[in-house]
Amino acid sequence: MALARRGGIGRYYNANGWLFVAPALGLIALFMIYPIVWSLWMSFQSGRGMMLKFAGFANIVRLWNDPVFIKALTNTLTYFVVQVPIMILLALILASLLNNPRLVGRGFFRTAIFLPCVTSLVAYSVLFKGMFALDGIVNSTLEAIGIIASPIPWLTHPFWAKVLVIIAITWRWTGYNMIFYLAAMQNIDKSIYEVARIDGVPAWARFTHITIPLLKPVILFTTIISTIGTIQLFDEVYNLTEGKGGPSNATLTLSLYIYNLTFRFMPNFGYAATVSYVIVVLVALLACLQFFAARERDR
Amino acid sequence: MNNGSARIATAIVTYGFVGLMAFLSIFPFIWMLLGATNSSIDIIKGKMLPGSALATNISAFFTQVNAPLVFWNSAKIAILATALTLAVSSLAGYGFEMFRSRHRDRIYSAMLLTMMIPFAALMIPLFIMMGKAGLINTHLAVVLPSIGSAFIVFYFRQCTKAFPSELRDAAKVDGLKEWQIFLYIYVPVMRSTYAAAFIIVFMTAWNNYLWPLIVLQSNEQKTITLVISSLASAYYPDYGVVMVGTILATLPTLAVFFFMQRQFVQGMLGSVK
Repeated sequence: MALARRGGIGRYYNANGWLFVAPALGLIALFMIYPIVWSLWMSFQSGRGMMLKFAGFANIVRLWNDPVFIKALTNTLTYFVVQVPIMILLALILASLLNNPRLVGRGFFRTAIFLPCVTSLVAYSVLFKGMFALDGIVNSTLEAIGIIASPIPWLTHPFWAKVLVIIAITWRWTGYNMIFYLAAMQNIDKSIYEVARIDGVPAWARFTHITIPLLKPVILFTTIISTIGTIQLFDEVYNLTEGKGGPSNATLTLSLYIYNLTFRFMPNFGYAATVSYVIVVLVALLACLQFFAARERDR
Repeated sequence: MNNGSARIATAIVTYGFVGLMAFLSIFPFIWMLLGATNSSIDIIKGKMLPGSALATNISAFFTQVNAPLVFWNSAKIAILATALTLAVSSLAGYGFEMFRSRHRDRIYSAMLLTMMIPFAALMIPLFIMMGKAGLINTHLAVVLPSIGSAFIVFYFRQCTKAFPSELRDAAKVDGLKEWQIFLYIYVPVMRSTYAAAFIIVFMTAWNNYLWPLIVLQSNEQKTITLVISSLASAYYPDYGVVMVGTILATLPTLAVFFFMQRQFVQGMLGSVK
């Protein structure tokens, strides 16, 4: 067998394998690897449009002195730090409640909570913009049940606009994460819960001491996915704020800033590429951090 | 007794919480459906009853938007992207799983890393590339960068692990060539994998926004997603028209979801098998 592999058949075998994977690898190389290397090169250049000159670290220095960039960075991190934990926790709680076979109508509940996942990011952003208008359905309902005295300026107040973005993303993605947890819960041995219940472990402790540790790999996976998604946030903010990231840049994200730098203002490809590399570094760093944090806790 | 009332309290809290979440999840859909039947002012004022403006809204939508063309654009891009992605990725997933060598495994790991590349870091070079190739404002420019997807290759490779290798051996004894085995045995056997991957890729392509926003510039080329976005960003958007648009844009994915729910969820979960 080893001889055959080294001989004609083996080579033929091997050539076939390469032929099968070549189209995908070629496309990924051309449309992902080549551009990402190119934009690294671009980030060391400066100038208008295609007239680029080598500028060394000038773009990186410019980042620190650019208040709009700092704003976009803090906004993006705020979304990530506040939204991802809320959503993951909510999805976990919902999954463990809906995993209970004695819960009547759980099929309906699952489908209902999963339903937001079928909408496009643009479509739901547009819906939310209408629902959260100053005299819209959300404000009038909250006023009617007496939670607020005057309408909340969701779209025009810097703080509330951020809250709205967070509510919107949570609405769209909680069901998506829940589905992952429900699938993983299928693999947990039910008798663990029975034993814990007989021993008098309360429901909350069963959740934190059994469910969460056993689901750790999936939680890690969904956290990384959500992190990458939140750091790249664009569609929602663009459509909730007419593409401005307003009010007064309060909702501006890094992706939206790159878009503005490239396609709205006088294009500066070099500087925009530098900002885009901030996203690359952030995604890589946070994914590593989460990965190691989960491994540390394992010990 | 105490235990019994505690159980009832737990049940009330559980159903209350789950019910509230389900309601909040569905509410925007109801609001959208009712909205299509109401005038723009009624929608914003939060009227939650069916109105009589449905016909007006629909006809306004069809006068403001060249709907058949816009739908054709969306469908063309989504179907082309899906067909090509499935073909290329299933070939690669099969190739990576069936013909292993040390180099190929290393390349596979490197390929998986590209899943972490954020699109924002690609869009400037891609825009320049498309400009040089003369593809700006064409649907090809939208489709091309989306075909090579590490995630879908990964999905196919994971599912290929369950493909019975005896089938392949038997076919080889019968004298089938590698491409024949793939086409006549692998593809039919892996139907459900293709279905799940189809849903994921089709939805992504249909709902794609940022890249089409950059490359598609003339109204004749725009997709439904771009059209809704621009309808809603008007200074005084006509929400009745916007609602009709969002319903039409959501309908295809909603239909796929309801008719293929099992594959839909399977596709979403693809990566944690």
